Amino acid sequence: MNDNLREQLLLLPAYFQGHLVLTLISLSLGIAISIPLGIWAAQSPSVKRPLLVVVSIIQTFPSIAILALVVALLGGQIGLVPAITALVLYCMLPIVRNTVTGLETVSADVMEAARGIGMSSGQILRRVKIPLALPVIIAGIRTAAVWTVGLATLSTLVGATSFGNYIFTGLQTRNLVSVTVGSLAAAIMAVAVDGIIGGIQWLTENRNVNPPSEKYKRVKFAVIVGILAGFSISAYSLLPKPAADFIVGGKTFTEQYIIAGLLTAELEDVGFRVDQRLGLGTEVVYEATANGSIDIYLEYSGTIWANRMNEEGNPGREAVRLAAADFVAEVDGMVSIGALGFQNLYALAMRKDRAQELGIATIEDLIPIADTLVAGGDLEFFGRPEWITLRDTYNIDFAQKLTFDPSLMYTAVDERQVDLISGYTSDGRIAAYDLQLIEDNRNAILPYDGMLLASAKAARNPLFMDTVRALVNRVSDDAMREANKLVDVDGRTISDAVDYLRSVIRQ
Amino acid sequence: MIELQHIQKSFDHGKSYAVKDTSFTVERGELLGLIGESGSGKTTTLKMINRLEEPSHGSILVNGSNVLERNPEELRRNIGYVFQGIGLFPHYTIAENVAAVPNLLGWDSERIHRRCREILDLVGLPFDEYGDRSSTQLSGGQQQRVGVARALAAEPEVMLMDEPFGALDPITRAQLQEEFKRLQRELKLTVIMVTHDMTEALLMADRIAVMKEGEVLQIGTPRELLNSPEHDYVRDIVEMPKRRADRLETLMREP
Ligand SMILES: Nc1ncnc2c1ncn2[C@@H]1O[C@H](COP(=O)(O)OP(=O)(O)OP(=O)(O)O)[C@@H](O)[C@H]1O
Ligand SMILES: [Mg+2]
Repeated sequence: MNDNLREQLLLLPAYFQGHLVLTLISLSLGIAISIPLGIWAAQSPSVKRPLLVVVSIIQTFPSIAILALVVALLGGQIGLVPAITALVLYCMLPIVRNTVTGLETVSADVMEAARGIGMSSGQILRRVKIPLALPVIIAGIRTAAVWTVGLATLSTLVGATSFGNYIFTGLQTRNLVSVTVGSLAAAIMAVAVDGIIGGIQWLTENRNVNPPSEKYKRVKFAVIVGILAGFSISAYSLLPKPAADFIVGGKTFTEQYIIAGLLTAELEDVGFRVDQRLGLGTEVVYEATANGSIDIYLEYSGTIWANRMNEEGNPGREAVRLAAADFVAEVDGMVSIGALGFQNLYALAMRKDRAQELGIATIEDLIPIADTLVAGGDLEFFGRPEWITLRDTYNIDFAQKLTFDPSLMYTAVDERQVDLISGYTSDGRIAAYDLQLIEDNRNAILPYDGMLLASAKAARNPLFMDTVRALVNRVSDDAMREANKLVDVDGRTISDAVDYLRSVIRQ
Repeated sequence: MIELQHIQKSFDHGKSYAVKDTSFTVERGELLGLIGESGSGKTTTLKMINRLEEPSHGSILVNGSNVLERNPEELRRNIGYVFQGIGLFPHYTIAENVAAVPNLLGWDSERIHRRCREILDLVGLPFDEYGDRSSTQLSGGQQQRVGVARALAAEPEVMLMDEPFGALDPITRAQLQEEFKRLQRELKLTVIMVTHDMTEALLMADRIAVMKEGEVLQIGTPRELLNSPEHDYVRDIVEMPKRRADRLETLMREP
């Protein structure tokens, strides 16, 4: 078995538990909320229409948007709570709708008999309508369950562990084994959950056949075993585990995974228990560190300067870093540990031969021909202040501006689908694809010093501070680019890159 | 005893009446047959007695008390009702269907069990063979018999039966008619039985009420209706069994 696969499989128990717990809690809450709502709606037409409209509208929101909204509404909180909230909102539609349908389709003759023999409306509901609607309600739960298993992968984006960790890490670090393991695991769980609930549905539909058939007994046995297994695994994972001392955060690209791995390894070496919340959006990880859900992560001075402080000028590398450090401390109560030494600067990059062909060395050289060129940017670049400043400083714009997933962006420029891209200076792929960085001779682009931000709580621990401070100024541009290249280009794992960085630091 | 006093029922705020100014009394221990064409208001009349429908005007007394002043659930539990649509509970076994009303009345399980056994035997579906079956595994006629058993289970004094034997084959039907008539006499049950079958009405009913377009045209003993029908419709419908018997006789005599 290759190392990569083994490394992925080691993560399986934790991700499996995370995913299962997310699914079970969300689904249980979803059922607990949706069935009473459905019953209420089936009783009163004035509730039914608005309720069905609301749950349908929730369903039409893109799931990522729901997650982002929930995180925002919860004041930047990350982890299980926003993930579960979003999943619950999402799984309501099929359960509410099927509950209403199931209750409404109970035959009129049966309803009349129930009233006519003297059942009260509560008894009619409990003894007749709900039992008869049960197969339909369960079918709704089944649909909801399969959706929930699938959507739970997105919980990774708000810092809840799931099979999504495999998928998002894999996508960002071009680790197909990781993506495959994650997708397969989620698919298998979906099939298993579907099977168990399908079994329950079949049992409720056939519960009146007397005497129970052999098949009925077998299905019942299988369903019970499946449910017991699911619940005991999740109960086991809910057992109080020694809580992590610190939580390392990270954004959605390779460098972030590597530095998070480095921080984790260094902290574990001195005896701390460390958990990771990786693959988070910039806003999410920043807010989470400010409110103490995350203890440390790698941020960039320019990101704070431009996005947080809304500053527009460029007073130089040192000044930006100091201002950013002051800002995070004063405004958001975090502690800046210091810069690691490398910069992850936005820089325009071109194929060397294309640059030669067009005679381009600096951005100024681009001015006359920019409106004939196609540019590629990562998902945020063209919306960022950096691009606006660059555009205004040089007064250029491109014929077309396409956005890409960072990994695909490099392939695009290499295959000449775009003329130039917004790369990053620390990116190993600059070297690997033999790209030329176009010099920003007017200093329009902000400096992006990689700096560690820690939560106020973590910063009170001296051993923690000593450990992470020891990394300050120890990771050069070259070292970071090489570490990134190991993963992005050579297809090595994150832990290989972490090992590499640690060996460089130890030298 | 069931007393209807000037009962009217409109489903459309007075534009039309499903039951028009109807009054009659069924004495304790009496079986009243209610006969009439489709849509004449028979089911509506029955439903008003146990408050499945509320009359638009008039009042109804059951054993002396005004039904509108009684708790509807308590009232219904004490009146056996055989529904035109049968309406067995498909998620219950046959025994559970029969036990439904005794359960609502809070009988102890021993008594319920004994009663189920007794009543299922009476309708020809022996408990040991049928008790545990699902009601969806029965033929239409068998389901109807369970419907009758369910209505009888809680030993009501008053029974409302809406075409209770309609789906039965002639032999079972005759047996059940006799069985029920015997029971009704023995227990002095007060019964209103809707039927489309004049023969059944003539054989079982102490008195017969003929309904047409929401009105009771005539009410009287079978003999009274046969001897002095007050309407053509009443004569037609009452003489139907006799006319058919005559036709049969002619058929038999033909070479
Ligand atoms: N819930 C209702 N809403 C509106 N109209 C009704 C309702 N129930 C009955 N009716 C009308 O009242 C009239 C009498 O209906 P009812 O069911 O009492 O007839 P019936 O004598 O029992 O007929 P059948 O022999 O076909 O069962 C019919 O015209 C019917 O359409
Ligand atoms: Mg009727």
